[in-house]
Amino acid sequence: MNTIYLDNNATTQVAEDVLAVMMPYFRVLYGNPSSMHTFGGQVGQKIRTAREQVAALLGAMPEEIIFTSCGTESDNAAIRSALMTRPDKKHIITSRVEHPAIRALCAHLATQGYRVTELPVDKNGLLDLENMEKSMTPDTAVVSLMWGNNETGVIFPVEAAARLAHEKGILFHTDAVQSTGKIPINMKNNVIDMLSISGHKLHAPKGIGVLYIRRGTKFSPFMIGGHQEKERRGGTENTPSIIGLGKACELAAKNMEKENTYVKRLRDKLERELLKRIPQSRVNGDTANRLPNTTNISFEYVEGEAILLLMNELGICASSGSACTSGSLQPSHVLRAMGVPFTMAHGSIRFSLSITNTEAEIDFVIDKMPAIIERLRGMSPYWNTSQPACKAQ
Amino acid sequence: MWEYTDKVKEHFLNPRNVGEIENPDGVAEVGSLACGDALKLTFKLDKNKKIKDAKFKTFGCASAIASSSALTEMIKGKTVEEALKVTNQDIAKYLGGLPDEKMHCSVMGKQALEKAIENYRGAPALEAGAKIICECFGVTDLEIERAVRENNLSTVEDVTNYTKAGGGCGNCHDAIQQIIDQVRSEPKTDNKPKLTNIQKIRLIEETIEREIRPSLKHDGGDIEIIDIIGNRVIVTMCGACSTCKASDITLKNFVEHRLKELVSPDIVVEEVSK
Repeated sequence: MNTIYLDNNATTQVAEDVLAVMMPYFRVLYGNPSSMHTFGGQVGQKIRTAREQVAALLGAMPEEIIFTSCGTESDNAAIRSALMTRPDKKHIITSRVEHPAIRALCAHLATQGYRVTELPVDKNGLLDLENMEKSMTPDTAVVSLMWGNNETGVIFPVEAAARLAHEKGILFHTDAVQSTGKIPINMKNNVIDMLSISGHKLHAPKGIGVLYIRRGTKFSPFMIGGHQEKERRGGTENTPSIIGLGKACELAAKNMEKENTYVKRLRDKLERELLKRIPQSRVNGDTANRLPNTTNISFEYVEGEAILLLMNELGICASSGSACTSGSLQPSHVLRAMGVPFTMAHGSIRFSLSITNTEAEIDFVIDKMPAIIERLRGMSPYWNTSQPACKAQ
Repeated sequence: MWEYTDKVKEHFLNPRNVGEIENPDGVAEVGSLACGDALKLTFKLDKNKKIKDAKFKTFGCASAIASSSALTEMIKGKTVEEALKVTNQDIAKYLGGLPDEKMHCSVMGKQALEKAIENYRGAPALEAGAKIICECFGVTDLEIERAVRENNLSTVEDVTNYTKAGGGCGNCHDAIQQIIDQVRSEPKTDNKPKLTNIQKIRLIEETIEREIRPSLKHDGGDIEIIDIIGNRVIVTMCGACSTCKASDITLKNFVEHRLKELVSPDIVVEEVSK
């Protein structure tokens, strides 16, 4: 059975060229870049090149790039640094639809004496900047808003939000894990102070991330240790992955147009055809401000996990926003924040494409999905009835 | 990825008895869309008052569908009295087990069965004396009590996993905790099998390791087992405990208490200095 991988917001395949540039750094050029000898030192040169490649994708300066272990570390380092360098300020502004790396961190900080404001979104998942302006206080240390949403692909106006924050002297961080490589980012044209990236979302390996920190922004390190990364992040460099990420960023810049033409066209076709062929289905999230690779579709009266397992039987990989565990009966926090009704929220499926997907794969999924939904609806006591939902709604 | 048994997968992919029986003898609907799963069960009896046919319609995840399928298979051919003896544990067992987070699916099956039989008998929807505790999901005190007792649950989270109660607004968490406390304080009528000496020693060691040492370490202390003679557990307290004036109390009220509770009521803990 062939695997049809439409779960690229979860992780991506490492690109062949990326793997190829990494390989020598495991067994041949395995030296430590901090060593005095040439054997190790020459690896340091390669890390410099990788740093330049990452910086080039972001329109940043190489010294503004700090390599970390993942997006979550970058997010933690950014928020904690903002709080450490502004010890008199105890307020954080974020949104209700952030990734757990920010949400759970803020929830934790809320137990440590910080005040957290989670900005709401509208039914399309969009943010109201006026609302953000009203939430800023003299006590606000940092605003953290994601650039592209992992579940719906909805894009936040983070550049405008950063300007508003700066007018009040507040630091601005964005989790750009999903948007990097999919939409153009140019740090020269905005005032964002800190930005997080994860390698494995753009065809680099897992276990490598980046924290961009604007030159002149005070920084307090999260990982304390050796002098690596100009003493901003201790720990021996993950040399193969850093070099791989450099290559991945170079490729991402080259493929940016393909993401916004080829991938977008496939995504649009998938979305259009599924909505046409499956009654009572709808797209979650604003379709005008959206990453080119993501669509989140709800199929009413069926449950996401059951859909996923039937897709799995056909080798189709995607994700569901709703985790049907009784421990978290709430469906996806993102969809609930958007006020998606329970009838729709439970049966939401996220398809996230990449440049590796083919038209034939999309056609296969378009062909198979209607029967999957029909089969589950055939078992559902709600299909073709007008059963009112329980009062928990 | 949920770890489902082959049996769960098989019942999910090929569910038995999907549908609705026309003019059923018993019918019940439990759960709701908001809860994330719901089950409509119908059954029909033959002239010998045995369940001739049972059908289900389920909205929910794979294990909800598999549990419903299993339930209909299990009750066919039984009288309603026999069918009522099927517990949620039996449903889970029939499927080769369910992940903890999914046990509520088997409970939903059991609830649907009870309600459908009540419907057949013309009994009221609420059990006599039952009171709704979880307003969000309409779970009663008796249902919670039963789940706690039959599955030996100890936390609100467990109760939510098994019954969904407490999974909505969370207002009922205190009430659920009270039910747990009340059930757990009931004198245990269960007869733990008698332990062999080896088993007892192992259980004492495990209990100290898992239940006792972490708490002591948290306060900078520690405990070491010197010897176990019959029901006498001879220990020495180390670290901060060795100089702590309250260590006698810790020893009796905490260490001995936990061992009595978890190993055997006959345990006596004695301290010796090293």
